[in-house]
Amino acid sequence: MNYLPNAIFVVILILGIGYFAKNVKKLIRNIKLGKDVDVSDNKSERFKNMAMIALGQSKMVRRPIAGILHVIVYIGFIVINLEVLEIIIDGVFGTHRIGLEVLPLSVYGALIGTFEILAILVFVSVVIFWVRRNIIKLARFWKSEMTAWPKNDGNFILYFEMVLMVLFLVMNATDTHFQELNSGNVVSQFIAPWFGGLPESTLHFIERAAWWLHIVGILIFLNYLYFSKHLHILLAFPNTYYGKLQPKGQFNNLEAVTKEVKMMMDPNADPFAVPAEGEDEDMPEKFGASDVQDLNWVQLLNAYTCTECGRCTSECPANLTGKKLSPRKIMMDTRDRLEEVGKNIDANNGEFKDDGKQLLDDYITREELWACTTCNACVEACPVSIDPLSIILEMRRYLVMEQSAAPTELNNMMSNIENNGAPWPYNQMDRLNWKDE
Amino acid sequence: MSDTLKVPTMAECMAEGRQPEILFWVGSAGSYDDRAKKITRAFVKILNKANVDFAVLGTEESCTGDVAKRAGNEFLFQMQAVTNIEILNAYEVKRIVTACPHSYNTLKNEYPSLGGVYQVQHHTQFIEELIQKGKLKVERDSAFKGKRITFHDPCYLGRANEVYEAPRELLKMLGVELLEMKRSRKSALCCGAGGAQMFKEPEKGDKDVNVLRTEDALETNPGIIATGCPYCNTMMTDGVKAKEKENDISVMDVAEILAQSQNL
Repeated sequence: MNYLPNAIFVVILILGIGYFAKNVKKLIRNIKLGKDVDVSDNKSERFKNMAMIALGQSKMVRRPIAGILHVIVYIGFIVINLEVLEIIIDGVFGTHRIGLEVLPLSVYGALIGTFEILAILVFVSVVIFWVRRNIIKLARFWKSEMTAWPKNDGNFILYFEMVLMVLFLVMNATDTHFQELNSGNVVSQFIAPWFGGLPESTLHFIERAAWWLHIVGILIFLNYLYFSKHLHILLAFPNTYYGKLQPKGQFNNLEAVTKEVKMMMDPNADPFAVPAEGEDEDMPEKFGASDVQDLNWVQLLNAYTCTECGRCTSECPANLTGKKLSPRKIMMDTRDRLEEVGKNIDANNGEFKDDGKQLLDDYITREELWACTTCNACVEACPVSIDPLSIILEMRRYLVMEQSAAPTELNNMMSNIENNGAPWPYNQMDRLNWKDE
Repeated sequence: MSDTLKVPTMAECMAEGRQPEILFWVGSAGSYDDRAKKITRAFVKILNKANVDFAVLGTEESCTGDVAKRAGNEFLFQMQAVTNIEILNAYEVKRIVTACPHSYNTLKNEYPSLGGVYQVQHHTQFIEELIQKGKLKVERDSAFKGKRITFHDPCYLGRANEVYEAPRELLKMLGVELLEMKRSRKSALCCGAGGAQMFKEPEKGDKDVNVLRTEDALETNPGIIATGCPYCNTMMTDGVKAKEKENDISVMDVAEILAQSQNL
């Protein structure tokens, strides 16, 4: 017996999965560059959110056309991947369609039949996705941040899925033994005649080629994920689990500020007191965020999860009225900068060397940050619980508290609050005048 | 105005040795902004009509700090919050009602972890409760019956805190013809004032947010644009003016509509 194909298969499999595992490690390392945040609360509610939003796709279907097509591709992806199990067993042990040997024909036929129907549905859905992007040119796919790589990335994934589905169906159509069984070939029986008249050996060659390309294609796809917006197929699950549970209007209160304020307000506090040992370690070196390491790890996970669908941007009042702000770009910039920081760390033996760049200004401009109305439309629109608003707020905090760089009108508003307890320059003693007017 | 409002302050109540059930948080806009003051007065008329045992802080009230927080000034926000909480706790306040969704959100969600724990309601929720409990009778046959009214969801009431129905229920009780904009409830468009935008010029763009939102409202062909937020009121009023529709369409708070309909 010739074991060469088995050996080649095992090597390819190990390489494919090994390289993916290496990148997953890097991904986790990068996410952990973020500040710690306690999200260990309310486990049952979090699981429920994950089940509803990620597994159940509840927010996807708010836009019915894209939503239903996405559900088809998603179910197809999960179910057809059962077939990969058979391919791996066949590949490692040199068997052919091991399923036929261990399962009754009717069960095997039902399984493959389901896969075939899903494969054709996925193919059609993906073609419609492609048309929406490239022919109909839906506005959200043609915003200024969707050029070059992000634009190509979106299309590459669609081509990938088309090719994988075609390979699966061709593999079945050219498998003469499988076609003769006439069970489960619900779609491929219509493709088989296209290859009619070809000699047995050619058919076998096509079948083998489709089989190999299918599994190699899947491994390439797996490894493509890390470099692509398509990571959401994995990260949507943790991301929806760790998503915000509080009312959307509730912004976090900075604890470091609370300590300072309480001390300032405490009449018994000694302003010249030497801090007790270890006490000042709690003070952050910086208020707010100017770079990715200042954000928390959930915000960084958000950035890797974003699949650039642009639902956030298409609902953003600032973006709708022609301002530069695009919540999607906030997430894309955060990921790009995080990748850059990660590569910097890799190149410098595990330590970040100052590269003279940061998320603020080099990626996200002040003009974008100040255009936000904090309306939460982006947060509400995201199908996988990403919170672009929290990043915008952290960066505003940096601008205001570290740099005193708020727009002049806002500085006026804030000094009004400081001086007379209202954002307008009115006397606090006049607060009740409305009663007698 | 001729009719006098009964507006006791917490300090007066304390001097009289009594504890009012409700604190009405007026907010900075409601205290100083000429348009918003009318909303404040309308709401007080409703409170007086229903004999609600309430008080205000008056000159002891100070900005909640909402707008400072959203502008990024966490220090100023917490200074304001801690000062306000000290006063609220000194008066042993348990329940707060406010006509400003920004105050509502901040008091309800952001004060508790700083030591200020209260039961907070938006005025539309509070009025709905008064009616349900029979403390306030509403005549359905009002001047507003059959009027075409569209409700603009304030972001900090709607999406931020998922209060969508209370203001709509009140309008329905008056027999108005309630019209929904294409973007409403969860997907409502902001008026453009939130996140401290109220106090600055917008960034460069091709349109103002309030104009876009007013266009949403105009599509429903309304007689009145109703809202439940003093900032939204200003923005929508300006939007209606920008569209030169101020003679045909008025922008009103739900409390004003209710007070007017009952001839308060």
